[in-house]
This record gives sequence, C-alpha cells and structure tokens, in this order.
Amino acid sequence: MSAATMAAAAPPPAAAAGPRLLEIAGLKVHFRTDDGWVRAVDGVDIGVDRGETLCVVGESGCGKTVTAMTILKLIAMPPGKIVAGSILWQGRDLVPLGPDQMRAIRAKEIGFVFQEPMTSLNPVYTVGEQIAEAVRQHEGLSRRAARDRAAEMLRLVNIPNPQRRVDDYPHQFSGGMRQRVMIAMALSCNPKLLIADEPTTALDVTIQAQILDLMQEMKERLGMAVLLITHAMGVVAETAQRVVVMYAGQVVEEAPVEALFGRPMHPYTQGLIRSIPRLDLAATEHRRLEAIPGTVPSLLNPPAGCRFAARCRHAIPACSAAPPPLREVTPGHLAACIRAEEIS
Amino acid sequence: MTQYLLRRVLIAIPSLLGISVILFTVLALAPGDPFEELATNPAIPPEVRQNLRASLGLDDPIYLRYFAWLGSMLQGDWGYSFISRIPVDDLILQRLPTTVAVIGASQVLALCIALPVGVMAATRPYSLFDQVANTLAFVGFSLPTFFTGLLLILLFSIHLDWLPFVYSTKIDATGLAWWWAQLKQSIMPIAVLGLFQGAAWTRFVRSAVLDVVRLDHVTTARAKGLPESRVTLRHVVRNAMIPVVTLVALQMPAVFGGAIVTEQIFRVPGIGSLLITSILSNDTPVIMAVTFVFAALVIFFNLVADILYGWLDPRISYR
Ligand SMILES: Nc1ncnc2c1ncn2[C@@H]1O[C@H](COP(=O)(O)OP(=O)(O)OP(=O)(O)O)[C@@H](O)[C@H]1O
Ligand code: SF4
Ligand SMILES: [Mg+2]
Repeated sequence: MSAATMAAAAPPPAAAAGPRLLEIAGLKVHFRTDDGWVRAVDGVDIGVDRGETLCVVGESGCGKTVTAMTILKLIAMPPGKIVAGSILWQGRDLVPLGPDQMRAIRAKEIGFVFQEPMTSLNPVYTVGEQIAEAVRQHEGLSRRAARDRAAEMLRLVNIPNPQRRVDDYPHQFSGGMRQRVMIAMALSCNPKLLIADEPTTALDVTIQAQILDLMQEMKERLGMAVLLITHAMGVVAETAQRVVVMYAGQVVEEAPVEALFGRPMHPYTQGLIRSIPRLDLAATEHRRLEAIPGTVPSLLNPPAGCRFAARCRHAIPACSAAPPPLREVTPGHLAACIRAEEIS
Repeated sequence: MTQYLLRRVLIAIPSLLGISVILFTVLALAPGDPFEELATNPAIPPEVRQNLRASLGLDDPIYLRYFAWLGSMLQGDWGYSFISRIPVDDLILQRLPTTVAVIGASQVLALCIALPVGVMAATRPYSLFDQVANTLAFVGFSLPTFFTGLLLILLFSIHLDWLPFVYSTKIDATGLAWWWAQLKQSIMPIAVLGLFQGAAWTRFVRSAVLDVVRLDHVTTARAKGLPESRVTLRHVVRNAMIPVVTLVALQMPAVFGGAIVTEQIFRVPGIGSLLITSILSNDTPVIMAVTFVFAALVIFFNLVADILYGWLDPRISYR
C-alpha cells in the first residue's frame, strides 16, 4: 500500500477544478409501506469535495442513513425507490447505473463503515478473509497477496499483532476492535470517499474518541474525503470542516463548521447546539440540557410549509404557506428558513 | 476443534447406554411371551419348559438380564431370533443395505429439492416463484407418506403398470438390466420419502435464509462490491445452513419413522419391515436389536450434525 505517496499527492482544495467529488442534488428516496409512501429523503442536496470531512447531523429518523446508503444503492429496492434527483460521482450520475457498474464503485471508490460493529461482520469468516474478499474482488490479487494486504490494513488501523489477528474470527474482537476492522475493510481498496454512518454510536465513550481519532489519522494519511454521519454535535465540532443539518428528510442548513457554531441560522440548528452538554456550565450553574420540544412530523404525510414549524419558537403564519427554500444567506452558509437573517 | 469432537463423542456413549436401558426395560415389562406357543402345546411337559426358560435366563431379574445382554452384545453376540433361529446381526446386516440405500437416496433427493428451491424462494420473497414453491411445499408436507405412496402405486403400478409395487431383493438379471430393475422398484419409495422430506426442508431453508438476508453483514458484503451470487452463497446461504443442519438432525427420528411406514407400503424388505414383523411375532431379541440400531443411527446423525455445526459456526468450537 502506498500510503506515503497518497499523502504526498494530497488533494487540492476543491476549487473550480472539474466536477465535485460527490454532488447529490434534489434526491428523493421514498419507501412503500402498508400505510402509504414514507418520504424518508425528500429533496436533499449534499456536496462533498476532495479531501474534506463533511458531517451530516440530525435527529434519529431524519433520513441520514437512507441518504448515505442510497449513494451506493444499498437500500432495499423495493420497498425503497429513488423518486427524483441525481447523485453525481466525479460528474457521473450513479442513479441510472446498473448493478454491475455500481459494484465497481462500492469499496473501490467509496468505502462504507456501518453503525453496528457487532453485527456488521460475518461471524463465520475470519476478519482477514472478509477484508481480503474486497481486495480480491476489485484488484484481482491472489489469495496470499490479499491476506497480506488484510494484515497490512489491520496494522494500519492499529490492531496489535496483525499477522496473528488476521486469522481470528469477529467474535474474538471487542466492539471497538471490530469497528477498526470495519474501517480497515472500508479503506482496503483506497477509496476516494469514506462514508461512516454513526461509526461510534454503538461504542463506549472512551472507545468513541479513539475511533474518531483513527478516522482522522486515516484521512490524513490516505487523503480521502470523509462523509461522517452523526447525531452528536460534539463530534461535529471536533471533526468536521463543513456541516449539513438534516430535518425530516430535508437539508435545513449547510455551513463551514465555524460559521455553523458561530452563527447558527436555522432554529433547529440553534436548538441542537443548545442541547450540547456543557461540562463547564453544568458544573457551575446546574443548567439542565435544553431539548427541542415537540416531535418530528410524520414522513408519510409531511406538512406543506416548513416542516419544523410545529416546533419552532420563531414560527409565523407565512412559514406554513410554502416550503422555505434552501438559500445562501451569507457566502457559503445556506439555510432553509424564511427568517434566517432576523433570528441568527 | 479436536477437543470439541472428543467431547461430542463422549456424550454419545452415555446416551446410547441410557437408551439401551430404557429399551430393555420396556421390552422386558411388555406383555407377551415367546413361550406362549410352547405353553399351550400339551406335548411339552412343564418341567422342560421351565428348564428351557432358566437356560435362556428368562426368569432372572431385569438388571441381571440387561447386563448379560449388554455383555454379549459388546462381544458381538446379538443373540438369535426366537422365530427364525438366525443370528440377529445376520438378519440386520441382510436388511440394512436396502434401507440405507432407499433412505439415503431419498434424503439426497430431499436436499437436492430443498436447498435450491428454499434459497431461490427466500431471495425473491413474495414473487410468483416463492408463492408456487410455498404452496407446493405446504401440500407436500401435509400429505402423509402412506397416502401418497398408495396413490403412486395405484397410478404407476396398477393403472399404468409401469413399475412393480413389491420390492424384490432377488432380481434375476445382471448388468444393466439389474440396475434398470433396481431403479424401477426403488423409484416410488425414494420419491415418496424424498418429496415429503424435501417439502418439509424447503420450508426450513426458506425461513432460515429469510432470517439471514436482512442481517447487517449481508449489507456489508454488498458494500464491498461483491456480485449478488457471491453475496447469496457466501454470506447468506452459508450462515443459513447453521440452523438448517440442526433442524435436519432433529428430524432424523421422524425420517426413520417415515421410512418404516414407506417400507411397509412398498414391501421393501428393509430393517423397518423387519421391526414390524418381529413386533408382530414377539421376537424380543430382534425387536431389541433393531430399535437399538435405530437409536444408534439417530445418535450418529446427531453427532454428524454437531460436527457439521462446529465446522459451520466458528463460535461453537471455541466454547
Ligand atoms: N425499509 C424501510 N421501509 C420503510 N421506511 C423506512 C425504511 N428504511 C427507512 N425508513 C424510514 O426512513 C426514515 C429515515 O430513516 P433513517 O434510517 O435514514 O434515519 P436516520 O437519520 O439514519 O436515523 P438514526 O439516527 O436513527 O440512524 C425513518 O423514518 C424510517 O422509518
Ligand atoms: S421557516 Fe419559520 S417555522 Fe420554519 S424554521 Fe424558519 S422560522 Fe421556524
Ligand atoms: Mg441511521
């Protein structure tokens, strides 16, 4: 593996040079259920540039996982269906691609790390076999060379004794170690983008920090872009360069991380930031965590206007008239709120 | 793995002993006496009868008789049939190959149906194929073998006169003709048993595969860019085999039960029909030996299942 050469060829900041690495536009993914169509993702625009870390945040059920899985067409279709939109990967639309063409992109171009390290590995094969499988598929390596690559990947993600551990089964690893194995597997074919769907949610707090550090380290060494999904604003503050906030299947705000925390524009983002536990404040003022009141609207039949209106302290009648468009309020800072200027 | 195997084999021994104790006790307590005929025969004086009984050890306490039986059986002496006076082991060895061939072939047929159909149905849930397969499996599983057996005999032996309905061990032909006759007489018993088991196992395989397809590691396998056929074979079917092996092993007693019935219907001179005739004639040594062989076969298949299980699921053998 040419980690060193890859780091040397660190990608330039995404300027006008060519198409973006990933550009999702107007994506709608709906699920057919007995009660009707669930609009899990309902008009999402997300762009990722080479070498950057983009965080996607939002409450449980807002469509983060569906969005991420749709990029690699990993959602079950049916019941799922891509109703509208495009997913441009380096300028090429993935939506119309057939299964064979999608397979060439999975793992090779875009790696994926899932939320549950305990169940994401197949219990009946050694971790080495599972990593080698991806390498053999995409690079046609021999069995022995693929095994060596697997051990090399385990060493890269700081698993002690990689030459021995490569022949161990998943149940012989702890949760944190399994997530390292998952990361090793996702990176084994040198993807240009790593999608990590809440990679630390299922882990202990101390292990969470280690896994995030590892991802950061990998990103710097291998020079790929990272799309990190999380619902923890603390994680966002520590890792992201840019942030996309999702609510009820839509993007409500997008900004560089300093701008988002410095001047959150959407009332939902403001609520999320207020709900971050602050150890310093909690200790002195006994201030309680401020949760956002109310519940997420049904995705079966979402409200016509702003989907956050029922929970918004700034709501006015105009909010419910039409869906507020996602617009650039200040350069590089987008929000889907008609009152963004006044309330931020 | 060796340790796991050893432990499994060691557990099988007390199970066999326990089964033999229970069998022996039940048979010893069962009503019916092989000397009934002698007792009603006025030509034989009671003293002679008494001496005969004593020489055969029939009046000893049960536990003494059990140990005597166990001792001689372990030395390879399985006793003589009360009726035909032929050594029991010879009788069994005469009959066993036929049974093993018929049951074996029918189980292979069952697996050849259940595996592909179950996997295909589960990977296309609620498709036309799935619905047809499901319905046929349900019908096949609901029809008892004695019914389908008689139906086949009626159709192919009596109505069409294509196949013989009595299985014969003495086919006077050689070479190809012998194989042809053998095939013609085995095809109905094999089909009846095989289709019945195949229907039952199709349902097992389908539900086991359905349980695995929605697991996270299958999505991981897809995310690696593997072809769908490889995902299905290596990451779905392979894992689904773990519960299927257990269920199949647990089914073995039922399979033998079904085999006995089928042997009766088609007059297959196997070990099942040997058991039935020996029960009807109170031939205790034969009953004891045949039931014991059945029990040993069941335990043997459980052992095979355990071994397969340890091989299929690495989490087991390390415990
Ligand atoms: N197969 C499916 N059938 C029906 N609805 C689905 C299906 N998959 C997802 N959904 C719906 O899509 C919505 C978005 O789900 P998604 O998993 O993307 O949320 P999320 O943002 O990842 O949440 P979490 O933080 O809990 O992971 C949910 O309301 C969910 O009920
Ligand atoms: S559009 Fe209106 S209801 Fe929606 S977030 Fe802005 S102020 Fe609140
Ligand atoms: Mg999720």
